[in-house]
Amino acid sequence: MASPMRIRAAAKDGVTEVRVLMAHVMETGQRKDSSGALIPAHFITELSARHNDKLVLSAQFGPSVSTNPYLAFKFNGGAKGDKLAVTWVDNKGDTRSDEVQIA
Amino acid sequence: MNHQRRGALKTGSGLGVFSLLLAAGMIKPEMAQAAWNKTAFEAKTLDAALAAVDAGKPVESADVVITAPDIAENGAVVPVGVLSNIPKTEYIAIMIEKNPNMLAASFTLPEGTLADVQTRVKMGQTSDVYAVVKADGKFYMSKKEIKVTLGGCGG
Repeated sequence: MASPMRIRAAAKDGVTEVRVLMAHVMETGQRKDSSGALIPAHFITELSARHNDKLVLSAQFGPSVSTNPYLAFKFNGGAKGDKLAVTWVDNKGDTRSDEVQIA
Repeated sequence: MNHQRRGALKTGSGLGVFSLLLAAGMIKPEMAQAAWNKTAFEAKTLDAALAAVDAGKPVESADVVITAPDIAENGAVVPVGVLSNIPKTEYIAIMIEKNPNMLAASFTLPEGTLADVQTRVKMGQTSDVYAVVKADGKFYMSKKEIKVTLGGCGG
């Protein structure tokens, strides 16, 4: 099971700013370990964010996204106390969802 | 397998052979997921990546702004932000020309989501970074060179 994401969502002047920090190795599949064997690729491929069950962002990642990916985006609307949920899926089929209340 | 690969890398015939080997089974089937745009993420050239996201030949636009450092000390973590001032922006892609796979990330923005995203990417070497934006059915782009002093793909 993957580690939880850290999500901050803050509403200000009718716009909600969301910042997400995911815990993931984001292995590219190009690196080698000390014995010269390739380390298999392992990275987040898809991510979606929902505000009260309404989709506000969907993203696709490749292996070029940094280890422990960071993502920030903004959407119109959102009020204090609303739910914001982020879900990702990686290339091995692991998935993780976390939910916060908008501050 | 390993032996051949070494040979292939050494002859320097480079990417062509390498990608053949990739096609020959080093990419596992579970990587292929329904919605994930595999073709785009495996594209090795700008044109191929653009074609894979149906962008064709995007128009260069000053309304697409890339926020990133001019010089990144650590190529493993390069903050890149894309802001589009074009109305009805619905899609943003970040492409890094000299990475083994050009497309780094793509974002689909439903109505109500602002065209302003930030993330962090790895860069193997100094390269142009492209932001490709789709707004109202048309594609726009802008580019910015980011110098990397320490590559982010080494072991």
